[in-house]
Amino acid sequence: MISKGATRNSNSRRIKFARRFVSALLHMRNQNPRPGSLSIEGSVRTRSQRIKIAAYLSMAQAVGSRRAWSRAVLSKLGSRARRHMRRMGRSSLGSLKKKRVIRSYSPGELGQAKKLRQLVPGGETMDICSLLEETAHYITCLATQVKVMQTLADNFSK
Amino acid sequence: MSSRRSRTRQPGCSRISDDQINDLVSKLQQLLPEIRDRRSDKVSAGNVLQETCNYIRSLHKEVDDLSERLSELLASTDTAQAAIIRSLLKQK
Repeated sequence: MISKGATRNSNSRRIKFARRFVSALLHMRNQNPRPGSLSIEGSVRTRSQRIKIAAYLSMAQAVGSRRAWSRAVLSKLGSRARRHMRRMGRSSLGSLKKKRVIRSYSPGELGQAKKLRQLVPGGETMDICSLLEETAHYITCLATQVKVMQTLADNFSK
Repeated sequence: MSSRRSRTRQPGCSRISDDQINDLVSKLQQLLPEIRDRRSDKVSAGNVLQETCNYIRSLHKEVDDLSERLSELLASTDTAQAAIIRSLLKQK
């Protein structure tokens, strides 16, 4: 039951994600011929960790700021956040988490919704309706992300 | 039982109707491969949320595994250009 508009949206989103992610991969390959860690930015990460971060970041960028979950990912992984961490140390992240919106609890959903909130980016401060909507969108984007990464991995190994 | 079908997106919306939640839960249900294939009518909201959590976790795990795979491939492949162009042009 996907309308034509939704398919067009999802296609352009997939292509946007694929372009950003692939260019990030190429950038990684050209910049760092040695496999393994990169210590220039002050945080040592394995290449596969950087690829994973690039994947989530590329998808959030492809979605843009329209969605609460993508905004949460962008603020967590964006370059501004990285520079912030480097300058002021990890303590600065505590101030980012202080914003607490009073959620309205609807009975019966509490147990499962709590686990869902931890899985969906930005889910901690959403009301149950927004949480369910954001989850649906998040799942479709994640599935697209996985499909594109799968395609790339299959083509790389040929 | 008065149920309001208000589609307001205010962050502190206090009157969330059961219908609204059921709508969203059934929409979510359609996205889950597990439940969609099972074709059972007796799927409770709690079940849908549980399956959703499982599904998200499995997707995260797949991203981890694929990242590992891509990192190995990135290190070993030299002629990646053709493969990349091929994947970009694939329109499923």
